[in-house]
Amino acid sequence: MEDAFGLSSEFVGLRNFTDVLEDPEYVSTVLFTLFFSALVTFFSLSLALLLAVQVNEVLTGAGVYKTFLMWAYAIAPPAAGLVGSLLFSPLMGDLYNGINALGFDFNHTRDGSDAIFVVVLISVWKQLSINFIFFLSGLQGIPASVQEAARIDCPGSIKRFWTVTFPLLAPTTFFLLVINTTYAFFETFGVIDLTTRGGPAGSTTTLVYKIYQDGFLGADLGGSAAQSVILMLFVICLTIIQFRYVDKKVHY
Amino acid sequence: MSKPWTRTVIRHGILIMGTLIMVLPLWIALMSSTHTPETLFKEGLQFFPGGFGWETYKAILGGNDDLSTPAWRMLWNSLVLGLGFAIGKIIISTIAAYALVYFRFPLATPLFWMIFATLLLPLEVRIIPSYEVVAQLELLNSYAGLIIPLIASATGTFFFRQFYRSVPGELMEAARMDGAGPVRFFIDILLPLSSTMLAAIFIIMFVVGWNQYLWPLLMTTDTDYYTVVIGIRQMFQTINEGGDLPQFNIAFGLTILATIPPVLVVVIFQRMFIKGLVETEK
Repeated sequence: MEDAFGLSSEFVGLRNFTDVLEDPEYVSTVLFTLFFSALVTFFSLSLALLLAVQVNEVLTGAGVYKTFLMWAYAIAPPAAGLVGSLLFSPLMGDLYNGINALGFDFNHTRDGSDAIFVVVLISVWKQLSINFIFFLSGLQGIPASVQEAARIDCPGSIKRFWTVTFPLLAPTTFFLLVINTTYAFFETFGVIDLTTRGGPAGSTTTLVYKIYQDGFLGADLGGSAAQSVILMLFVICLTIIQFRYVDKKVHY
Repeated sequence: MSKPWTRTVIRHGILIMGTLIMVLPLWIALMSSTHTPETLFKEGLQFFPGGFGWETYKAILGGNDDLSTPAWRMLWNSLVLGLGFAIGKIIISTIAAYALVYFRFPLATPLFWMIFATLLLPLEVRIIPSYEVVAQLELLNSYAGLIIPLIASATGTFFFRQFYRSVPGELMEAARMDGAGPVRFFIDILLPLSSTMLAAIFIIMFVVGWNQYLWPLLMTTDTDYYTVVIGIRQMFQTINEGGDLPQFNIAFGLTILATIPPVLVVVIFQRMFIKGLVETEK
């Protein structure tokens, strides 16, 4: 722990950790981060899968669709954040007025759940491309003979998808779950910083954003470092899960 | 069951929707950047080109009250960061992987685990210590301080380790018979063998480096070292602080400028990029 001027520091044992864990604000940040990554992962994965399946099936224009669907990978999260926040901004107004005209009382700079909506939307948009690329290459990796056999055994295309294709994509999906969780935890920093800045009233503050706020804006280095350690434990868990899965895939 | 052609129509419908969703925001940004801030303020977003594009981009590139640094300078910094990050990462990871796969040396196992442990420490987790180290080395506001801490991660090393292991041992024996030393073997045989993967990783790393945000944000207080992504943040702050008429056209234009180089790289080298992405991350 350091004093306000950083002149002295005092050894406090685990107090930084207990402070952090007992802080209701930190607990709500953890909950928000989990909720947020679940939303982002779910929507970006399912939309990407939907699009990948369609591209895999159409005969004409697949290349063009592919290019347009994957290019957003190269866009910096802050750039997406700025465009998104301008699109929804009350200052510019089109989307803002449009949504309000529909009868919603929408303002992402004031209302917590509107802010969450905007942040999730931009994060999903940004993440769609990479999921799409992986799903498409997973789909193309399914041997044609398997596809044909499935077509004979199972004429309904929707049923065929869920009983044959989707299980074959399971390794890809699992891998993407890990990737997307990491994305939602870490890389959405840029999106959040350029749309809501963790606000209003901390309703869109993720763990990484809080480390940044406390450590660099609030100068609470001890608390921020304790949060980093907690976050690291989380990353370790994710990595273990990921490596277990890599082992399993060999037998797959 | 629906007829095949209706299904095709539905498929195309879904895809066109998806494409529009991915393209429209950028299209609006591009079109809006060619209008005057007054038009944007009064009429909102623009879907068609206006006549102010030349002035917008001239103001962005040449310097403007809202931008502390002219954009060409920021683009240059981003380019340095992207290239430096990609090159540095490739050098470190190929050499480290080469050592791990081909040499028996003391402490090889603990070193392997140390490299492995960096996978557990993304920059976000170690920002405070990294910042301290870089600050004490007096590397704040320098290209070295910007690039080096970002390179320290093992993702590339693991990939190349995998790849070198798949290279048959006979090749090394043959090279040794022909009198090639370790350096020779590395440069003349291993690197050319992995050239496609080198290129693919280079592309990905360039994009990742160009788009770095958190680290440059902390590192660069001197506006001369701002990358274009940091410029975007500055623009956002200016707009939100209010005051004068917000320069929306500048904000949109800057986003476009920040987006074009990495998008071009990805689109031009699409095939290589996809191959690299899918194979490295697995």
